[in-house]
Amino acid sequence: MSVTIDGKLFDFKPGATVLEVAREHGVKIPSLCYHPKIGPAGRCRICVVEVEGQKGLETACTLAARDGMVVSTDTPKVLEVRRMVVNLLLSNGEHNCLSCEQNGQCELQDAAYQLGIEAPAFVVDGPPAEVDKSSEMIVIDRRKCIMCGRCIDACNKVVVNEVLGMGERGHESRVVCDTDRPMADSTCVQCGECSQLCPVGAIIDKKAIGKGRVSNLTKVNTTCPYCGVGCQLTLHVDKDANRIVKVTGREVLPNNGMLCVKGRYGYEFPSSPKRLTQPMIMKNGKHEPVSWDEALDYTAGRIKEIVAKNGSDVFSAFGSGRITNENNYAIAKFTRAVIKNNNVDHCART
Amino acid sequence: MTNSIPELKDAELIFVIGSNMTEGHPVVSYYVKQAVKKGATLIVNDPRKTDLTRWATHHVQIKLGSDIAYINGLMNEIFKNGWADETFLKEHTENPDDIRKWVESYPVEKASEICGIPVAKMKEIARLLGTAKSAAVCYTLGITEHICGTDNVKTLANLQMILGNLGKRSAGLNPLRGQNNVQGACDMGALPNVFHCYQAVNDPKVIEKMEKAWGVTGLSDKPGYKMPTMLQKALDGGTKILYCIADNTVQTEPNMAHTIKEIKALELFIVCDIFPNLTTPYAHVIFPVYAWGEEEGTFTNTERRVQRVRRALSPPEGCRPSWWVLQELGKRLGVDLGFSSSVAIYEDMRKTATSYAGITYERIEEEGLQWPCPTLEHPGTAFLHKNGNFSRGKGLFSKTDWVPPAELPDAEYPLALSTGRRLWHYHTATQTRNSVGLENLFPEELLEIHPQDALKLGIKSGDLVKAKSRRGEIVLKAWVTERSAPGLCWTSFHFEEACANVVTNDVFDPVTETAEYKACSIRVEKVKDAVTPMIDLHRQARP
Repeated sequence: MSVTIDGKLFDFKPGATVLEVAREHGVKIPSLCYHPKIGPAGRCRICVVEVEGQKGLETACTLAARDGMVVSTDTPKVLEVRRMVVNLLLSNGEHNCLSCEQNGQCELQDAAYQLGIEAPAFVVDGPPAEVDKSSEMIVIDRRKCIMCGRCIDACNKVVVNEVLGMGERGHESRVVCDTDRPMADSTCVQCGECSQLCPVGAIIDKKAIGKGRVSNLTKVNTTCPYCGVGCQLTLHVDKDANRIVKVTGREVLPNNGMLCVKGRYGYEFPSSPKRLTQPMIMKNGKHEPVSWDEALDYTAGRIKEIVAKNGSDVFSAFGSGRITNENNYAIAKFTRAVIKNNNVDHCART
Repeated sequence: MTNSIPELKDAELIFVIGSNMTEGHPVVSYYVKQAVKKGATLIVNDPRKTDLTRWATHHVQIKLGSDIAYINGLMNEIFKNGWADETFLKEHTENPDDIRKWVESYPVEKASEICGIPVAKMKEIARLLGTAKSAAVCYTLGITEHICGTDNVKTLANLQMILGNLGKRSAGLNPLRGQNNVQGACDMGALPNVFHCYQAVNDPKVIEKMEKAWGVTGLSDKPGYKMPTMLQKALDGGTKILYCIADNTVQTEPNMAHTIKEIKALELFIVCDIFPNLTTPYAHVIFPVYAWGEEEGTFTNTERRVQRVRRALSPPEGCRPSWWVLQELGKRLGVDLGFSSSVAIYEDMRKTATSYAGITYERIEEEGLQWPCPTLEHPGTAFLHKNGNFSRGKGLFSKTDWVPPAELPDAEYPLALSTGRRLWHYHTATQTRNSVGLENLFPEELLEIHPQDALKLGIKSGDLVKAKSRRGEIVLKAWVTERSAPGLCWTSFHFEEACANVVTNDVFDPVTETAEYKACSIRVEKVKDAVTPMIDLHRQARP
């Protein structure tokens, strides 16, 4: 089965939407409410397309691809509607990009850029929107909220923590925690999936505010250092300051982008001033800083001495469930090949 | 895990036992809750009303340490109603008649008396399990951290075998491992009886292979000591040197006072770590090493997925990689271990590996691979024992009988205490308490106590209380909450100021030497009234 998009023929699997087929083949259709993890939403209407033989426009995220369908994504009519949608969204909030954390990775900004919108075309007076800074890790800036509902789906369908919902009606509608409690007093567990999926700067990671523009940060992919799930992360690193500024989940197995409060927000410990930074030897009941050579010579000498006197069985070693495979292999090989016993274990049993 | 984490979202029935996954393994719980949203049945078996029970079809609040009686009772009922998978039993298990006979002595009525679950509810749970096409069992330390931990696991394996729930997608027996690389530490042979990839140290062929690959002679074929034995031997001079990497032993072993006595008896205690902790004061030598974020390498997760860890930060000037310290010591002791970089060490391991042989840094650049992965072309293994074919051939049932926890509440210590992890912290909290904000979310340790017990003792949330066992006492604030069952208190080992392991019982499973962290007995006394009453907002995971 195939569908024609902007004059090009693409095969598709039954059940795919026009948006999915287009994205799969590199045809750009903006979408603010749709996200692959959440599925069709049909709320923001920015993904409208024109279908041959059909009156009116269709939202690509909810439109099932049909065999022989002919779709256009950039006709004057489509662009006019898109421009109107983006204009209305921009007019309805305070979308000031200057100091916005999302600047450079904002999907609304991208859409405005693609449509050539420099400033909102309308002035809309709505009820004042508040910023909820109460929680430890997440800021909800409702001035920038475009009511796309991604965060609500993220919270209820993806991580199923069931905290966020839409409160009030009409003009007054807004994203709320539980029964409209401040986030800090709600059942929110600060997993941050809402901030990861927010297309604009309305839900952001509090600790990253002002710590670095996306363009100045280096991305490093790694594995979370906490529980045994092994979530895949991207560290956003300020190389000059030698610090991690922010963590996001990678949309791959095993976690598909999802994280918990520790994985997403427990990243500063390597830079802590409390780190051990010098080898030390106990001398007269006190730890004294020594050079690496002195520490190593002393330790090797003592091992040699004690083993010579008592046999190798008196040596035991602990690897750890918190260090890398390479370090665990290293301690196991050291114990077996240097000390020549098998007294190596780790905290798996305790 | 026999299966993979994301498979859980498609499970028909999920049976969670001894796992507080919304706090211990939050991302696993997301998949479980997604399954519930799609209509799956979720049975949470736990003495505590964990947050996951909010999403459960049934919360089965079994008594602490009654798991074997409960599961054997369920199996009895499953056989009685003809719900066992007879085809699987016949084709894929060795001794199906044994298990049928063994569980006869656990009629639900008797099991019900032990585990405290009404007979009708037990029958309903058995029916749900017995009539589901497939079911996934997830367990964590609530199963293993008992003196009967090995038998607890065997009982769950028996259950999944009689139901034919092994070797297929979205089913299986799934231990959720607690630490980021505890699976990898086992796989790499940081165990006293096996080299990496579980190659036995007492197999002459394996010894020969390793001696050749490593260029050494005289490798020992005598299995070594397990961790608790190593420590116990310090007291009679059997252990004189202990080399300890990233293990805050004092805070993590049960009965802290005793652990300190053992460590103090050592002649040479070497500690490699990233922070000062409760253990470092006793070290004769401290080596400051690289932290996560500062070195290259791999971790292996609970579903056997080998994944890359990368350097993002420059380490502090005085620190070195843990492997570099071992290389330098080896050199001084006359052996060049050949450790020059993480990738060189990994390749050295891979040369003699079996299930890791097909996994290279290059192959896992973007996404991890699950072992077994024996060749470079192998795609990795999402779930084990496919089509009921076990590594040993046919599945073997083991006889298990219920035993109570080693220490039961009595007149002097009338409350049971169980321990575990909280969402906001990890292990001994050296990482989480040195990260911004987590401590504000959960600033100090709390003793969870059921309202009935609190009322009897005149304790309110926020009061300072003393929890005293035969081994020691801690002073901390009380959290009066129905998360605990009547007669049961709970706390964690994250905070050194009030660490559960001061009071926990140093009794061990005879096979694995895993301690009974999950059950001991305490007395609770009020020390001081709360200055400002603590408000319980019924949030998840904190008051």
